[in-house]
Amino acid sequence: MWLNLTPSRRLLSLRWSLIQYRNITLENTTRKAAVDKVLSAFRTICGKDNVSLGEAVREQHGKDESVHRCRPPDVVVFPRCVEEVSALAKVCHDHNLPIIPFGTGTGLEGGVGAVKGGVCFSLRNMDQILDLHPEDFDVTVEPGVTRKALNAYLRDTGLWFPVDPGADASLCGMAATSASGTNAVRYGTMRENVMNLEVVLSNGTVIHTAGKGRRPRKTSAGYNLTNLFVGSEGTLGIITKTTLRLYGVPEAMVSAVCSFPSVQAAVDSTVQILQTGVPIARIEFLDDVMIDACNKFSSLSYPVTPTLFLEFHGSERSLEEQVSTAEEITQSNEGSDFQWARDAETRNRLWKARHDAWYAAQALRPGCKAYSTDVCVPLSQLPQIIVETKKDLLESRLTGPIAGHVGDGNFHCLMVVDPNDPDELHQVHLFTERLARRALAMDGTCTGEHGVGLGKRALLCEEVGPLAIHVMQGLKDSLDPRNLMNPGKILQRGEL
Amino acid sequence: MSGRVLVGVKRVIDYAVKIRVKPDNTGVVTDGVKHSMNPFCEIAVEEAVKLKEKKLVKEVVAVSCGPQQSQETIRTALAMGADRGIHVEVSGNDYETLGPLQVSKIMAALAKKEDAQIIILGKQAIDDDCNQTGQMTAALLDWPQGTFASEVTLDGDKIKVVREIDGGLETIKINTPAVLTADLRLNTPRYATLPNIMKAKKKKIANVKPADLGVNLTSKLEVLRVEDPPQRQAGMKVETVEDLVGKLKELGKV
Repeated sequence: MWLNLTPSRRLLSLRWSLIQYRNITLENTTRKAAVDKVLSAFRTICGKDNVSLGEAVREQHGKDESVHRCRPPDVVVFPRCVEEVSALAKVCHDHNLPIIPFGTGTGLEGGVGAVKGGVCFSLRNMDQILDLHPEDFDVTVEPGVTRKALNAYLRDTGLWFPVDPGADASLCGMAATSASGTNAVRYGTMRENVMNLEVVLSNGTVIHTAGKGRRPRKTSAGYNLTNLFVGSEGTLGIITKTTLRLYGVPEAMVSAVCSFPSVQAAVDSTVQILQTGVPIARIEFLDDVMIDACNKFSSLSYPVTPTLFLEFHGSERSLEEQVSTAEEITQSNEGSDFQWARDAETRNRLWKARHDAWYAAQALRPGCKAYSTDVCVPLSQLPQIIVETKKDLLESRLTGPIAGHVGDGNFHCLMVVDPNDPDELHQVHLFTERLARRALAMDGTCTGEHGVGLGKRALLCEEVGPLAIHVMQGLKDSLDPRNLMNPGKILQRGEL
Repeated sequence: MSGRVLVGVKRVIDYAVKIRVKPDNTGVVTDGVKHSMNPFCEIAVEEAVKLKEKKLVKEVVAVSCGPQQSQETIRTALAMGADRGIHVEVSGNDYETLGPLQVSKIMAALAKKEDAQIIILGKQAIDDDCNQTGQMTAALLDWPQGTFASEVTLDGDKIKVVREIDGGLETIKINTPAVLTADLRLNTPRYATLPNIMKAKKKKIANVKPADLGVNLTSKLEVLRVEDPPQRQAGMKVETVEDLVGKLKELGKV
């Protein structure tokens, strides 16, 4: 590209790059000096054992489970309570240091990468489950509590928190990325299930988005600050408490697997099951490539065709009804007989195939990494987008088994790519952009559940349009005028 | 044949809690700490309830020995499907010194009183890791025992038990009445659901004192001291294999 420029243009471009380089280096030096100054303040606030400059610790806190490369922070702090978080944030604010909140590092969009260095706030020491109210179906947790830890704590109460993104993620982290999962079709995503948040803003101010300690099941009081912070991916504040909506553990569960002759038949069944009002809990789609990978990885023998994994929750009687309605529909779409599971052990075995999909996909090409795309479209558009995507995969000669929460119109292509092959990486990148644009063209979104993070900022602009982006930028500027909160994520800021 | 199963459930500190030793080293901190049913007892209850669902036994009775709070543990067992509970009241100093020998005497006495056909216990408790109560109970009753069970099948008046042993799996056939202890892979315990928790509130829990069963709770054991495991020491890095061997020799390890 550079060779196509005229000599004078080349010179300008070179000078511009040199200026950029000098600015970045200057920025880095200034920042490193600032970090040195604040270290003793940090140590006073949270104890010297809770401030780390170790290379391994910083690297661990500079990456998540995406394909984005590690971008370590300059220092990692481990506050133990919201007062410490607030004091640390104030110090960072006074010295213009970027702040990156860190939960479990299980994100999929590079959200924790410290692109401008700074201070990573690892919140794992704040691991208390506070204020459980079983009669009110709510509980408040700190950021170090993961969803499996919460559900283990709740097991005697008959309650559970159903949002299940797969990983054992921090619940506050799930709030920050507006996570979702396999049973969103029945229980909703984080947006519907976060009732209140305690947030530390970039200057150390602590706010409660719905008022301190408040947990009414519904409210019309003021602007919906709670949902402003849900999905803000650490760019507006550090979430230090979240109040969650709980549900009763289902009396009984039944899982089933059904194979179809075509993608269309499987997706049509999904749409029809939802249209008849069956309160299905999970409805997962695996395409033939994915099923083949799962068969090989988990030594199973499912027929290698598009497949639906279904799960029904309810009382014994309602299950009978749900299942018989669903079966009628799948059979009318040429689906195979249901393969059943009732008790916990058999159900777990049935679902293992779906849960191991990530590893099964990677095992298709050992040595390669998997990158998951994440688009979501209105249900009626699902058959078309999956069929078009499969065609694109074939034409681009890429490995991309498909697994998805078709009940929400959300599916993932698990792109298996050789991280050392820049050509292939480029092809995958182009493919994912095409896929995102295909979804946008069908009134959908470029990210159903993983968030915007580093990689989808441009797509976000296309999705909501410049006017909405302008409003988002205004909110960001108002809450974080110095752009210290997780810079470089969600919104692009006049970068080149 | 009564078709009655007795299941022992113990209230212990929840497995997810970080244990702290009391400053006076006499024990661990229990005040204000979350307690729940011992995980192996959950597996035992699940197995008993499964037997009842298969109509192989008629009644499941959950038993717990301890202070007032043990009733919560019995309620959880009732919510999982047990029919009724027996709370053997033990508190104060007796509770501090309550161990497998005392509990097994109580279980043996209850087994006779309730005409139990099978006793199922967890293989061990996660607080003391004793792994003795099942075996002692069987000995006191002179009943056969199937311990570390990973699979239980009722076969007429006998029980086939697959046991997890060091070398692999051992299958034995024992007569009833018998004592079984549950190992990890026996089953996956069900979660208590809200409707079942509500139903459990109506089920009966009988109150019994150890003296009523003719059991003497005196313990011959005395806990002298409880300590944290030693803090992990910093390691040393060496440059070469020769250095490593030299250092090991210095420390008298080689």
